[in-house]
Amino acid sequence: MLQIRKLPVAVFALFIVIFPWAAYLIPAIKNYTGIMVFVGVYCLITIGLSLLMGYAGQISLGQASFYGIGAYTTALLTTRFGVDPWICMLIGMAAAAGVAFLLGAPSLKLRGHYLAMATLAFGVIVFIVFNEETGVTGGPDGLAGIPGLRLFGFKLNSAEKYYYLVWTIVIGVFLFTINLIQSGAGRALRAIHASEAASNAMGVDVSRYKIIVFIYSAILASLAGSLYAHYMNFINPSTFDLSFSIKLLIMIALGGMHEIWGAVIGAFLITFLSFEWLHYFKDFEIVIYGLILLLVTIFLPDGLVGVPNILRGWGRR
Amino acid sequence: MEKISLASQLLQYLITGLTVGSIYAMVALGFNIIYNVTEIINLAQGEFVMLGGLIMSSLHASLGAPILPAFILTVVLVTLVGALLDRLAIQPIRRPSVLTLIIATIAASIIIKGFAMLGWGKNPYDLPAFSGREPIHILGAIIQPQYLWVIGFLVVVVIVMTLFFEKSITGKAMRACADNPNAASLVGINVKRMVLLSFSLSAAIGAVAGIIVTPISLMTYDRGAMLAVKGFGAVVLGGLGSFPGAILGGIILGSIESFGSGLISSGYKDAFALIVLLAVLFFKPSGLLGNIEVSKIKRF
Amino acid sequence: MTQKKLSIAVLLTLFVSGVFVAPVLAADTFKVGAVFSVTGRASFLGDPEKKTAEMIADQVNKTGGINGKPLELIVYDDEGDATKCNLAVKKLITQDNVCAIIGPSISGLSLAVVPLAEEYEIPLVSCAASYKIVWDEKANKPYKWVFKTPQSDSLAVEAIYTHIKKRGITKIALLSSTDGFGASGLAEMQRIAPQYGLKIVADGKYGPEDQDMTSQLTQIKGSGAGAIVNWSIGPTQVVVLRNWRDLGMTNIPFYQSHGFGSTKNIELAAGAAEGVYCPLGAVNLPALLPENHPQKKVVMAYMKDYSLKYKEPLSSFGGHAWDALTLVVDALQKVGCDKAKIRDNIENRKGFIGQHGVFNFSPNDHNGLTKDAFQMIVVKNGAWALAD
Repeated sequence: MLQIRKLPVAVFALFIVIFPWAAYLIPAIKNYTGIMVFVGVYCLITIGLSLLMGYAGQISLGQASFYGIGAYTTALLTTRFGVDPWICMLIGMAAAAGVAFLLGAPSLKLRGHYLAMATLAFGVIVFIVFNEETGVTGGPDGLAGIPGLRLFGFKLNSAEKYYYLVWTIVIGVFLFTINLIQSGAGRALRAIHASEAASNAMGVDVSRYKIIVFIYSAILASLAGSLYAHYMNFINPSTFDLSFSIKLLIMIALGGMHEIWGAVIGAFLITFLSFEWLHYFKDFEIVIYGLILLLVTIFLPDGLVGVPNILRGWGRR
Repeated sequence: MEKISLASQLLQYLITGLTVGSIYAMVALGFNIIYNVTEIINLAQGEFVMLGGLIMSSLHASLGAPILPAFILTVVLVTLVGALLDRLAIQPIRRPSVLTLIIATIAASIIIKGFAMLGWGKNPYDLPAFSGREPIHILGAIIQPQYLWVIGFLVVVVIVMTLFFEKSITGKAMRACADNPNAASLVGINVKRMVLLSFSLSAAIGAVAGIIVTPISLMTYDRGAMLAVKGFGAVVLGGLGSFPGAILGGIILGSIESFGSGLISSGYKDAFALIVLLAVLFFKPSGLLGNIEVSKIKRF
Repeated sequence: MTQKKLSIAVLLTLFVSGVFVAPVLAADTFKVGAVFSVTGRASFLGDPEKKTAEMIADQVNKTGGINGKPLELIVYDDEGDATKCNLAVKKLITQDNVCAIIGPSISGLSLAVVPLAEEYEIPLVSCAASYKIVWDEKANKPYKWVFKTPQSDSLAVEAIYTHIKKRGITKIALLSSTDGFGASGLAEMQRIAPQYGLKIVADGKYGPEDQDMTSQLTQIKGSGAGAIVNWSIGPTQVVVLRNWRDLGMTNIPFYQSHGFGSTKNIELAAGAAEGVYCPLGAVNLPALLPENHPQKKVVMAYMKDYSLKYKEPLSSFGGHAWDALTLVVDALQKVGCDKAKIRDNIENRKGFIGQHGVFNFSPNDHNGLTKDAFQMIVVKNGAWALAD
């Protein structure tokens, strides 16, 4: 996949644009627009994570912490100091980048399971801090009264308006990321994933690329967190826990981690399963997620985006 | 009400640290057994402990089965779960890599936890203490008989495991697989069977840990994750792959947690273990007793 | 090229099929929405609350509904998750068009949806305890559309402190969990202590999932405290009692929060709950109430109906839902499905005999209870008994 296939992206963009109208007209799915806002927010995180895991081959079990940093930064600065929300989001992204750098520099020297546990430990520590520092973060009760967003004077106070904002950002990030993958940086990443030793021998600065990708994924997660905070107008630590980091992992695994499309598909399916479709099987939700993850890992290691390839392989026989 | 002295307080923290640390040590042992044979880190390790506690509670406390047969049956059942984990989640993976194996064990842990929730619900379950609850007073601190059981079982498990790996043919065969699976299979060792055995053994140890700790702190379906994380912390602290390291790591970690929560801040108790884990990973990944050369040769 | 198209086709197909999975509603009824944490961390709250609400809806409909029209109760499970709670409330308001909403079960989640009730102007009767749910701290008066039925933590704390003071104890040790319930209780305990002349000599915290509090209790042992007050819900309440007993500290009186109110806790404590105090609402002890107690009839009837229908013992938490839904049903009976009128009706309700107290609402008090909503209880021989 070496070019942006314009048609699929265009079709997808069209789908995104029309969707809220369809939802408005079909009563049974009226609340789907609200759910799609969350799909969009999660896409931002999964796109970054997909780049990190699928292309750079690094594991992160702590993305929820960057999601939380973005959310808490913007929540605190807007409610305590009245700073403009858009600026707060940028500050949040900078904060996440800084933290990712500090964490990444020593961590990315670690291999495989060490890195996974380091990010897991970090994620849980951040969660504990959110929960404990009641004076700053509001503790387990969280922070309420977070203002909504305004764009050119218009209040983005409905699910539909927020939906368009979020998805415009998502599509922008999507295109930017695909561009990134096709650039020299992207080729270097794929080389690193295939073999670090070989890349090193070819003069690729492996550490630098790993950290850059890690920081990029943190920035996207932070942006997602800020958008979430201004949509819900309320946050509390339970949203940013280990099980969310694992849910992100399931999205990537299901969609397919070697293609950015996988990030979108995974986010879409798991979010709808979680919010809507599993309603009647509530007790089995945990088991179902586990089974999805396991079956995908065994039978569809390339995720759902890899399905057409498999079918094509069968067709040839 | 008279206060107890600081010295007694410190002694009490130490006692708690040793007890909790013994559980972490057993989880760490389980990690190491699987790692030594397969180089896989089994993130579902904590679930074995959880299952041990819950199954024993159902057999002994709810159904009234006598303690010794219930103990054995519980260990057997959890061992079976461990074997299933290997057969259903690990063996089927066609192109194993660090990433896929980590994800597979995470998936397994989620599935086990999910079934546990369906089977036992969210309530905590209890077990009667093995030899009563009369506290033993020592220098102003208190030792519960069950604490001694915990530490005692750790000692027994360590001795049994060491003998097994050093002296028995099967144990030596398992160590051979860790060093070089190809060479091992060339000399006729069934590598797949050794892997299965390692998972089974780890599950058994986990089950024992779960059974002996439940009388002290009850057991719920979702204990597994934090136990696995802290157990891994003990592994890394002691040095990945080292048995004495697992013991040392577990006890030190348990003590840090206990002293930290008593003297510094009890709200951050869980964070202490994690901070120690991060610190070790960043500054001395080979751990206290690990060998840095050995850890570099390993496949992952 | 085809790979991408196929992926999109897959996406679209899945989405379209999802459309047919969603249920379709209709009918001419009085719709009341409910959001409870039926599964998840707080299922011990949400599950009995849901069962109680459904039981009441059944009873109402069996006796002809509200002024002849059936009551339609729409219950959503937020699984203890703030995001799902927010979405559920939005769905109830915009899609299901309910007249009023009861729940959520937890303070943290209730706080998350208060702005929604205010924005969409719909009466919300929460089943969670924090006073912040009904009290707008910035404006220094209650939120217009939000009410709650559980007693505030402050009332429970005052009941406990009154008892402690009566015994002549001046130094106390606090223990609390680091979740919403514990944090809220801790804040109240710290705030109210000076009013009763109590000095806090130890203040330990633990996670809501922790299995061992011996460190915190050891520290208390060294602090010279005359009584211990613990604020948590879930298994930690039991673990801390077992640690208290195991460390030989049973000569220091132990007080639990009103979250202790389930006989299952006494059972799990395996004898460690003996002699432990806690403040409980009338619904916890129907049989212990004197005949002339104002809540006796209502509480006995609930206990009988619930255990008959569900074959399990009563859980006091279900009582919060009983109080909330009954308030709403009574309002619907008087004024019909007019959100503003329902709100006014509840706000001015006096002398409402509920499971957790006798409520007197007012424009300045959207909770309606005083510390008399609690009795001090002690565990004697494995059962509740009125404390002296």
